[in-house]
Amino acid sequence: MDFSLMQRVFPFFVEAALVTIEITVLALILGLAVASLAAAAKMSRSAILRTIGTLYVSLFRGTPCLIQLFVLYFGGPQIGINLEPFAAGVIGLGLNIGAYMAESIRGALVAVDRGQTEAARTIGFSRFQTLRKVVLPQAARLMIRPLGVNTVALLKGSALVSTISVVELTYTAQSFIGSTYKPFEIFGVAALLYMIMVYAVARVVDLLDKRFAIV
Amino acid sequence: MQGLDFTVVAPYWDLLLIGAWWTAVLTVSAGALSFVGGILFAVIVLYAPVIVAYPVRALMWVFMGTPLLLQLFLIYFGLVQIGIDIPALAAGIVGLGLHFAVYNADIIRAGIVAVDVGQTEGARSIGFGKWQTLRHVVIPQAIRNTAPPIGGNLIALLKESSIVSVIGIAELVHSAQLAISETFRPFEFYITAAALYYILNLVLEAALRLFERHVEASR
Repeated sequence: MDFSLMQRVFPFFVEAALVTIEITVLALILGLAVASLAAAAKMSRSAILRTIGTLYVSLFRGTPCLIQLFVLYFGGPQIGINLEPFAAGVIGLGLNIGAYMAESIRGALVAVDRGQTEAARTIGFSRFQTLRKVVLPQAARLMIRPLGVNTVALLKGSALVSTISVVELTYTAQSFIGSTYKPFEIFGVAALLYMIMVYAVARVVDLLDKRFAIV
Repeated sequence: MQGLDFTVVAPYWDLLLIGAWWTAVLTVSAGALSFVGGILFAVIVLYAPVIVAYPVRALMWVFMGTPLLLQLFLIYFGLVQIGIDIPALAAGIVGLGLHFAVYNADIIRAGIVAVDVGQTEGARSIGFGKWQTLRHVVIPQAIRNTAPPIGGNLIALLKESSIVSVIGIAELVHSAQLAISETFRPFEFYITAAALYYILNLVLEAALRLFERHVEASR
């Protein structure tokens, strides 16, 4: 093990890890927004919206994230979508994780007892009021853990954008392999940083879960 | 901007199907490895002495906390550094297999713990050894109860297997890339590859449903 090499590359890797965090956070925001829409569409009364929601979730969950990124980044220009690698990475990851998060959100909403909805409707709440004041508050705490699992998957999955030449942690590690030929040391540093980030996300999810637990 | 023309795919159809075949081969072999490895890791974590269990736990933690892509790079390029030169296909199967073995181990461990203690007591009292009890009584029940999530991991494995194209294994993504390098039509070929993955996914899901029904019936 060449520890001095690891020490030398460390600052570059921390900078690259910040890009990984940036991509993950942006994709998370996009993913949550898309997921909320998709979950709402899947549970809507309109058959067209339901079909759109179901198709989106099924197609994005049924094909590899890598292919989705490739279609967007390499195939995009053919249909008039020209994106920088960073933007393509954020949009691709966001749309992919959105499909998984839609199922997490829907699962939590469905898990709230039907009686709650029925009771709220009986005492005169509208559909929207029922969702807003009765179902969502109860479903929110059920979503924390599954959405947390999705977020960890997104963080690790963000390594994929290195294949469309976004300079994040995995890309940086690869480029250092080319110049040093020390894969164990280089990938070791990258792995350590990933583990720290994953651990941090897991801790936050634990804290949120505890904070909103029903005692 | 050029118009889309899916007829360019036709001459490369055989190439894509061969790629899809190798994706299936990868999924099945890495899936088998992840299943056996998952049981092994679960048993080690639960029953092995601390000196073995802790390193395995640490290894599981590393595999769960880092991206699969990084693990593949480490296995493929890292082993060469210490003098082990394995072919890309083997590196891909081992990398995918180990990655998902760790996730399976977590599920199977929970499954083993959930098997009623009376099962072990019963087996032991009719003369089964510790190992026999585990092998013939506890593990089969644990596996049966955890079949759905393990199947879920296999579906994830099928999709994640696309990543091994980066270390040069000639599977579906690689086939598509080969065709694109000759035709410069990424959109058509990646969409076609996506469709093939989707079909493989449906086939696998149907197979798992059949298998689960079979397992349910054997109760």
